[in-house]
Amino acid sequence: MAFLEINQVDKIFKDAKRGTQVQALQDISVTIEENEFVCLLGGSGCGKSTLLNLIAGFEKPTIGEIMMNGKKIEKMGADRGMVFQQPTLMPWLTVQKNIAFHLKLKRASRQKKKEEAQKYIDMVGLTGFEKHYPHELSGGMSQRVGIARALLQNPSLILMDEPFAALDPFTKLEMQEELARIWQKNKRTIIFVTHSVEEALMLGTKVIVLSKRPGRINKIINLEMDRPRDSTSPIFNRYKREILTLIEKNEEPLLEEDSMHQVI
Amino acid sequence: MKLAKQTKSLLLKVVVPVTFILLWELLSRANLISSALLPAPSSIIAAMIDWIFGTTGLVESNSGQWLVDAGNSALRVLIGYSIATVTAIVMGILIGWWKPIEQLVEPTIQMLRPIPPVAWIPLAIIWFGIADKPAIFLVFLAAFFPILVNTIHGVKSVDKNLVRAGGMMGANQWHTLRYVILPAALPNIMAGMRIGIGAAWMLTVTAEMVAVNSGLGYVLWDSYYFLRYDLVIASMISIGLLGFLTDFAIKKAMHALLPWQRGASIESI
Ligand SMILES: Nc1ncnc2c1ncn2[C@@H]1O[C@H](COP(=O)(O)OP(=O)(O)OP(=O)(O)O)[C@@H](O)[C@H]1O
Ligand SMILES: [Mg+2]
Repeated sequence: MAFLEINQVDKIFKDAKRGTQVQALQDISVTIEENEFVCLLGGSGCGKSTLLNLIAGFEKPTIGEIMMNGKKIEKMGADRGMVFQQPTLMPWLTVQKNIAFHLKLKRASRQKKKEEAQKYIDMVGLTGFEKHYPHELSGGMSQRVGIARALLQNPSLILMDEPFAALDPFTKLEMQEELARIWQKNKRTIIFVTHSVEEALMLGTKVIVLSKRPGRINKIINLEMDRPRDSTSPIFNRYKREILTLIEKNEEPLLEEDSMHQVI
Repeated sequence: MKLAKQTKSLLLKVVVPVTFILLWELLSRANLISSALLPAPSSIIAAMIDWIFGTTGLVESNSGQWLVDAGNSALRVLIGYSIATVTAIVMGILIGWWKPIEQLVEPTIQMLRPIPPVAWIPLAIIWFGIADKPAIFLVFLAAFFPILVNTIHGVKSVDKNLVRAGGMMGANQWHTLRYVILPAALPNIMAGMRIGIGAAWMLTVTAEMVAVNSGLGYVLWDSYYFLRYDLVIASMISIGLLGFLTDFAIKKAMHALLPWQRGASIESI
C-alpha cells in the first residue's frame, strides 16, 4: 500500500446557471511514496489546483478516489498541511500566533505554543518578527509564515499551491533553496504545484507533467540529481529539454481536441 | 516644537465654538436675542451647575438630580444595548454562516428592519407599561438591526481560503466560528456597534420623552412644558456629552480589540 494513492480520478465542474460543465481532470492515477517531493507541473488551467484541492479535501472527485495511508480522503484535516498561493494568514494574529494556530486549537499550553512557534520562526528566518502582524510583512515573509505554519503542524503530507509564484526572482530562488534544505533536513512528503519547469527541476524528486484540458497525466519523471541543484548543469538541462519537448508535442496535435473537450 | 504644534491644533479646534458662544452671550446681554426663546450661555451654565451639584436651587425640583437622571438614561442604554449586541452578534453569525438559517429568518428581518424603532412606541407602552422596560425594548430594537446587518455582512465577506486554512490546521465547526469567522468579522461587527450606540441614545431620549418618567429625555420634555429652556438646553448638552463618551469608549475598545487594523487602512494615516 502506497502512502498516497490517486485512483482514476475525474473532476467535472457543473455550472447550473450557464448549463455547461468543465472537465478539469480526467483519469488521474498516481501513487506517491513517503518522503517524496512531487512537483505537479502544467500550464495555466490544466487542473493543478483542482487536484491539490481534492487531496486537501476542499472538494470531492466526481469519479474515483484518493486514499492516504489506505483511508479515503473526504474532508479537510490536520494530517495534511496546506500552503496557499496567496499566504492566507489570519490578519488579526501576530506571526507567532499565526504559526501556533494549530496548537491553539489543540489547547496546548502558552509555553508550548511559544516554544514550538519560535522553532519554526527561526527555521524560516523570521526571528525578530514574532510580534508583527501580517500587513506589516512583505510578500516573501508572509509566504514563509505560511510555510512555517504548515511545518509546525508536522503533517505527513504538505500541499503547496504555487507558493512562490508571486515572488520576485531573488526571493524566489532564496525560498526554493530554503525549502529544499528544510525538506532534506526533516523529510516528509511534499506535493508542490508549479508552472515553472525550472522550479520543478530545482526542487522535486519526481515531476508529474500534466497536459491541458481536460487535465491528464502526460508523464511522470523521476529526477536523479544531486542537491543542491545547479540549473546550469548538463543533467539539469537534459531534463529541462525532455520536459519542454513533452509539453510542445502535447500542445500541437491536441489543439483541436482541446477545444472540444473543454465543454462536454 | 511638538508642544507648540499641539497647542496650535487645539486652538484651531476650539476657535469656532468659542467665538460662537461668545457672540451668543454678547447678543443675549444686548437683548438682541430674547431670553424667552434662547437663554444666554451663562444662564445655561448656571442651570447646569445647579442641576449637577444642587447649590443654588435654580432649577427647583431638579436641583442636584443630574447624576440620577443621567444614570437612569445610561442604564437603559446599557441594558438595551448589551442585549442587542449579544443577540445580534450571535444571530448574525448563524445567519451569515448557515444558509438554511438565513433562508428561514432573512425575510422576516427584511420586513421588520425598515420600520423605524420609534414606530414601536405605542406597542412598547401597551406591552411594557410606563417604566424602564419600554425604553429598554426600544433601545434594543434601535441597536439590534445595525449590529445584525453588519455582522451578517462581515461573516459573509470572510475569505473562503481563511476558513480552509483553519480547516487544514484542524479546526472543527466551533473552532471555525470562534477563531476564524468571529475575529474576521469583528471590524464589521464593531462598525455596526458604533452605529448602534448612536441609535440607542436616540431611542432612550425619545422613549423618556413619551413613555418614562425619569431620565435626561424626561427632564428635557418636562422643562419644555415649564418653559425652562435653560434646562432644555442643559439636557441637550448632557445627552450629547454622554452619547459622545459612550461612542468614544467603543472606539477605544475597537482600537484595543483590533490592533491589527492599526496602520492597515487609510483611516490611520
Ligand atoms: N470551482 C470551479 N468551478 C468551475 N470550474 C472550475 C472551478 N475550479 C476550477 N475550474 C476549472 O477547472 C480548470 C482547471 O482549473 P485549476 O484552477 O485547477 O487550474 P490550474 O492548473 O491551477 O491553473 P493556474 O496555473 O492558472 O492556477 C479550469 O478550466 C477552471 O476553469
Ligand atoms: Mg492554480
